[in-house]
Amino acid sequence: MTAARFFRHETILAILTIVAMVVLASLSDKFFTADNLLNQGRLMAEVGLVSLAMTFVIVTGGIDLSVGSILGLTAILLGVFWKNVGLPLPAAMFLALACGTFAGWVNGFIITRFSVPPLIATLATLALYRGLAEGISEARSVRGYPEWFFFFGQGEVMGVPFQLWILGIATFVAAIILGLTPFGRATYAIGANEVAARFSGIRVNATKLWIYTGSGFCAALAAVIFVSRVTTTRSDMGTGLELDAITAVVLGGTSIFGGRGTIIGTALGLILIQALKNGLALSGVKGDGTIVVIGLVLIGAILVGALFDRNRGG
Amino acid sequence: MTAAVLSPGRSNLHRFLSGYGQEIVVLLAIVALFVVVGATNHRFLSNTNINSIFAGNAYIAIAAIGMSMVIMAGHIDVSVGALIGVIATIAGTLAVSDYPIWVAWLVPILFAIMVNAGVGTLVAYTRIPSIVVTLGMLSILKGGLISATAGEWISNLPPEFMIAQMRPFGIPSAVWFMVALTILAALFLRYTDFGRSIYAVGGNMEAARAAGINPERTVIGVFALHGLFAGIAGILFATQLQVIQSTVPPNLELTIITASVIGGVSILGGTGTVIGSTLAAILFACIGSALIFLNVSAYWLRAVLGLMILATVLADMIRRRRDT
Repeated sequence: MTAARFFRHETILAILTIVAMVVLASLSDKFFTADNLLNQGRLMAEVGLVSLAMTFVIVTGGIDLSVGSILGLTAILLGVFWKNVGLPLPAAMFLALACGTFAGWVNGFIITRFSVPPLIATLATLALYRGLAEGISEARSVRGYPEWFFFFGQGEVMGVPFQLWILGIATFVAAIILGLTPFGRATYAIGANEVAARFSGIRVNATKLWIYTGSGFCAALAAVIFVSRVTTTRSDMGTGLELDAITAVVLGGTSIFGGRGTIIGTALGLILIQALKNGLALSGVKGDGTIVVIGLVLIGAILVGALFDRNRGG
Repeated sequence: MTAAVLSPGRSNLHRFLSGYGQEIVVLLAIVALFVVVGATNHRFLSNTNINSIFAGNAYIAIAAIGMSMVIMAGHIDVSVGALIGVIATIAGTLAVSDYPIWVAWLVPILFAIMVNAGVGTLVAYTRIPSIVVTLGMLSILKGGLISATAGEWISNLPPEFMIAQMRPFGIPSAVWFMVALTILAALFLRYTDFGRSIYAVGGNMEAARAAGINPERTVIGVFALHGLFAGIAGILFATQLQVIQSTVPPNLELTIITASVIGGVSILGGTGTVIGSTLAAILFACIGSALIFLNVSAYWLRAVLGLMILATVLADMIRRRRDT
């Protein structure tokens, strides 16, 4: 019963994704080519990494609205450490990643130490981190990165874009952690009933702190890939990323109230969104029309899921 | 916790302070800002500047009134920024195509009420969380707006359409709207059955149902009301400049939500006042203006704002912990 319920939304989503793929492939013969699909995978990596961490966050019943700002801040710091401070690029990358991860830790610290609701805490840090990015950069962009740095965002390993490997490995690791480890079970337990989880001896605050720190790390990693892909650093990078990630996670069947959700669902949600964006663009729908379709699909998919849930006598 | 409940000798002043604590904190912050910045730079207190602080941001305060009601009822709306953009564009299009001015004002407001009543119906009857529905709505409205306008601006608006620029009794009409709507909404929430049922539904939906309230109808009503306020905000936004751009300030919905929350509306639902949210919207506008007068680089504006939000939230959490 629980297993059937668990996979219901993912099954609907998988069918929906396949249908969308078939329809899109018939609309445009450019869609179902290896080149195009790999390229789409490249574009999916940044929001994908953030969505994986966001799945954990939402499963605990929380939310992280600051990921887009962390991405922007990390990107700016990377540029500033390298160009203005004069550090070697690998050191700048490492430091920027550390700062982004720290930004995530700060979120977790505010949420757990002061019991501020995650929505509010990350709403505040959304403004704060983006503000820091704008203040530090003074709206100047950083360019002129060395050639080897572009490997992370533009390179290929065995014919597959580098960041798609990263996303694939991250998805695998995230699925194992959430599905098969005590940490994953603690994550579900917190989302289902935080007080009960606390009384069961789960280290609620430590778990949440790890999850928000991880969310910061994923956003920072996405920032490095993003900068490498577009070869420049700007302070407005990643604006609106949080909504894209939340859309993917929720479309993937993770309950916004916490306690339910899977990494497979999130991955399917991501693929469906990216396929729709790309496929519709190839079949001649203008860029902004595709956003409308994604909104409709989000509401539609959740609606269908809710109706099924109700029919099961829930 | 028990000490506070058991102590019978709490004075009226104490009750007043804990009931309106957040509003008082925000109000004091505004006063302090005016005193400190005004002392450093007298031009901060000039009529022009005070007018631009209040009139330029009144639409945010008005939208925050509706948002506060939605949050009090235990829901949220992340699509309101996109909705305001759509309203402005509809109003502008009607105004330049020779419709009577009142049509250009009223039709977009009705549209906003209908859209949000639709959202409310989905939220109330399908039990889909409001953040999900409005996230979808955000995509639909934003994408629809850019597709329809192709990013073009609307100009040559008739002067009688520009309601936000009118100044009855020397005060910008946007400020009249802000004050009047805040007072009306505060009275409505406090003294009408429907107003009180909003708090009840946000506090505990099942308890509200047991008390004879129809929670579904309340939620739809709240969203429709939120649409009304967003509609008025959209018209004021549309008429404050000579052109209507097809975009709204980035993260407008977050600014509006933040105003509600800083104003003391609990994100968990059930508590809060619209006076607080209006004060908070004014506070933000003051901070933005103060930074310019204190010669802080405009690039740091958002960082300071974020820090202020964080400080307010932390102070509120610590205060609440002490109170309970």
